[in-house]
Amino acid sequence: MLEHDVLVIGAGLAGMRAAIAARTGGANTAIISKVHPVRSHSNAAQGGINAALTDRGDEWEDHAYDTVKGSDFLGDQDAIEVMCKAAGQALIDMEHFGVTFNRDDEGRLGTRAFGGQRRARTFFVGDFTGQALLHVMFEQLIKSGVRRYEEWFVSSLIIEDDQVCGVMALEVRTGQVYAIRAKTVIFCTGGFGRVFEPSTNALICTGDGTALAYNAGAELMDMEMVQYHPTTLAGSGVLISEAARGEGAYLLDKAGNRFMEKYAPNMMELASRDVVSRAEQTEINAGNGVDGCVYLDCRHLGEGLIMEKLSQIREIGIDLVGVDMITDPIPIRPGMHYAMGGIRTNVDGLTNLPGVYAAGECACVSVHGGNRLGANSLLDTIVFGERSGNHAAEASRNADYVEFNVDQAVKKEEKRIQELLDRPQNGDRIASVRLGMGDSMNRNLAVYRDEEGMQETLGDLTELQKRYETVPVENKGKVFNTDLVFALELGFMLDNATPIAMSALDRKDSRGAQARTDYPDRDDENWMKHLVIKKGEVGPELSYAPVSITQWTPEERKY
Amino acid sequence: MDVTIKVKRFDPEAADPQPFWQDFTVEIDDKGTVLDALIKIREDNDGALSLRCSCRSSICGSCAVRINGHAGLACKTQAATAIKDGVITVEPAGNMPVIKDLVVNFDGFWDKVMEIDPYLKPEGEEPEAEYIASNEAMLHLSNVTACIMCGSCVSDCTVMEVDPTFLGPAALAKAYRFTADPRDGDENGVSTSRLEELTKPSGMWDCTRCMECVAACPKGVAPMDRIMAMRDQAIDAGFHNTNGARHTEAFSDSVEHSGWLDELRLVPKSVGMTNVSALVGYAPIAIQALTHGKMPSIIHKKIEKAENVKKIFDKVETPKKRRQ
Repeated sequence: MLEHDVLVIGAGLAGMRAAIAARTGGANTAIISKVHPVRSHSNAAQGGINAALTDRGDEWEDHAYDTVKGSDFLGDQDAIEVMCKAAGQALIDMEHFGVTFNRDDEGRLGTRAFGGQRRARTFFVGDFTGQALLHVMFEQLIKSGVRRYEEWFVSSLIIEDDQVCGVMALEVRTGQVYAIRAKTVIFCTGGFGRVFEPSTNALICTGDGTALAYNAGAELMDMEMVQYHPTTLAGSGVLISEAARGEGAYLLDKAGNRFMEKYAPNMMELASRDVVSRAEQTEINAGNGVDGCVYLDCRHLGEGLIMEKLSQIREIGIDLVGVDMITDPIPIRPGMHYAMGGIRTNVDGLTNLPGVYAAGECACVSVHGGNRLGANSLLDTIVFGERSGNHAAEASRNADYVEFNVDQAVKKEEKRIQELLDRPQNGDRIASVRLGMGDSMNRNLAVYRDEEGMQETLGDLTELQKRYETVPVENKGKVFNTDLVFALELGFMLDNATPIAMSALDRKDSRGAQARTDYPDRDDENWMKHLVIKKGEVGPELSYAPVSITQWTPEERKY
Repeated sequence: MDVTIKVKRFDPEAADPQPFWQDFTVEIDDKGTVLDALIKIREDNDGALSLRCSCRSSICGSCAVRINGHAGLACKTQAATAIKDGVITVEPAGNMPVIKDLVVNFDGFWDKVMEIDPYLKPEGEEPEAEYIASNEAMLHLSNVTACIMCGSCVSDCTVMEVDPTFLGPAALAKAYRFTADPRDGDENGVSTSRLEELTKPSGMWDCTRCMECVAACPKGVAPMDRIMAMRDQAIDAGFHNTNGARHTEAFSDSVEHSGWLDELRLVPKSVGMTNVSALVGYAPIAIQALTHGKMPSIIHKKIEKAENVKKIFDKVETPKKRRQ
């Protein structure tokens, strides 16, 4: 029998950090991931990681205030304090683990400016900070001796009498179904980006953990808060890092004007992401763009700086749109990027389900509120990954495995999968249902939203759910059946889509990433609160939760 | 545009599990990548086509395949530039067993990475704040840590093809990432015990410098260059007593002093003058060379103006100087 005190699902930065912490805490720990750990989407974080280092005159309170303001005062201030206080040590830990951070002239860690922050506190490795951190975290995972289930797909969470018992998982290479017992489970499954099309997110970001937890009774929070990143490539929607603007790049309309002057005269291109994306969309809608895009202009930064600090995004521009940023501006537009919302947790990663934790993008602590600051996501994964791992290890020490009928659970899951494989081949293809969902979400739940559009999407989702019930799986084999995995993922994505759309429709104000043309103002009197959504007997049930305010009184946001 | 992709398929569960080629023609954007085409095939033509892919932006390392016979990332290769005689040939990465279609088994790949102790091992005391290091040193390392472990270099490594025990370009580049890190090893940043391990057979001296890994790497890591730099580090750290180090030194000594290579003495100097069993092993080659009139002269004469070659040597910096 496979059994572990702590079972971490997902092996990106949050997951590996959680597993290392749990193992260090003495727990029998395993990590399970549908891809090899170094293929995880933490790779894609380009720009850097924020921390206020006191030995160079920065204060965690300043970082916290910038984060609170960036969140449009929807972030929980107690949680933000926890994150910003822990940031310095988290950063130094990563440096000691071996991350090759860029240095300043004295050989100390160098910084770059990033959006929504009043001072440069973003530490970085070129423009591939996430990849640098992820590979080093994997090195530490190897060193720690955590058991790894690589390319295993978690298909269900097993709960008996409100107690977590473990998970059901498919070993992708063999097609074998296993039950894994666990005293505690930590979801670190990342975001749900692929619910939208296009998205900067990798193809694996299908919201599996959010869906598994939600279906098991976990509360989701702030699901309406979906970040559209200001600089994504035309077409594929691939990310061009905020580091470009951090290093001084301009945003230009078709006439070559720096239009951010109108929207954020002080911070200009480095206003918070929601502000910049709205500005771009407004300009594009007013006909000041070209083919639905505006321009990111890096030419004045010079070849030397671009080659040293922005070389990866330069390559992406050349590879995917044939534009070299050294000589030409790149066409970009706002694109779906990040989920501020997710599985509701406390500052130790614990959800409303005993023994079930969440950390990283799939979780909502909430430190990002209505809008995440660039370079706070890597920090979030490391700080709350570690805290979850510590807490789960401690909790599992005094806990026993919850008994459940393993044979029956395996048979039930095998039957469910077999039924999927045995479906008739005359339904819509998986891709057509996924695209239908992605298009509808991107049409009506993007930078600007209104009631009519969101109602349309909810209608679309009901219909898509029906079509999903008959999508065929063409591959009938057991070995590396990615077709089967996609069918399961599509179900998870649809499970995410409805809570996103329902929450967005319910929130009748504009705050952070949610900008409603029918409710254009922030309404603190009625909507300074979190939206919580939970699976009820007949459907999703919405409720509200207060925002934690410790020392920063909500005020109008100007950049 | 329409592109035709010729894909090498393999289904281990088929009645007759033999690899076979299959052509697909799909429509993609003019600037679309080979990966776009493969995804299109999977989504619209054949859902049973298995391949790994995720980020679409050359950072996750999932989609390394052989395109027209050479390893690379499908997501980094524009389809329009890869069409040869009307088709793009796509087959699984080499030097790793195929699981299904374009999916290969990376177990051996990772086993070799594990062999090099792939984590920082500082021997001194850890500072309270960050380690102080020059930006140049970190940028140099970042060019190596840019490796995404995609396996392209391993796929096309000609040594691994004939010697599966060779650590290979990915693991050795990863090793260099530590041996060149000022934080790894002793207080001077010298990773002596790592270098000692890596000078053993199957390690750094087994690379034949064919350059295939440099050509295949989609991230500019240039594994072979790192292996060569690691050889310099090993010699600097005092590991002269290996075939590779002796070969390197004998080679350069001969050219420095006579202006050309003394082939006859290169072999005993490389394997070791007292290494009788190895020398006996070369006897058949020597006899063949003799019977075919290829035996080098016993007396190795200097070339004309050999002193000019010596001058070049004096001007060329030593490995140690080169790295400073």
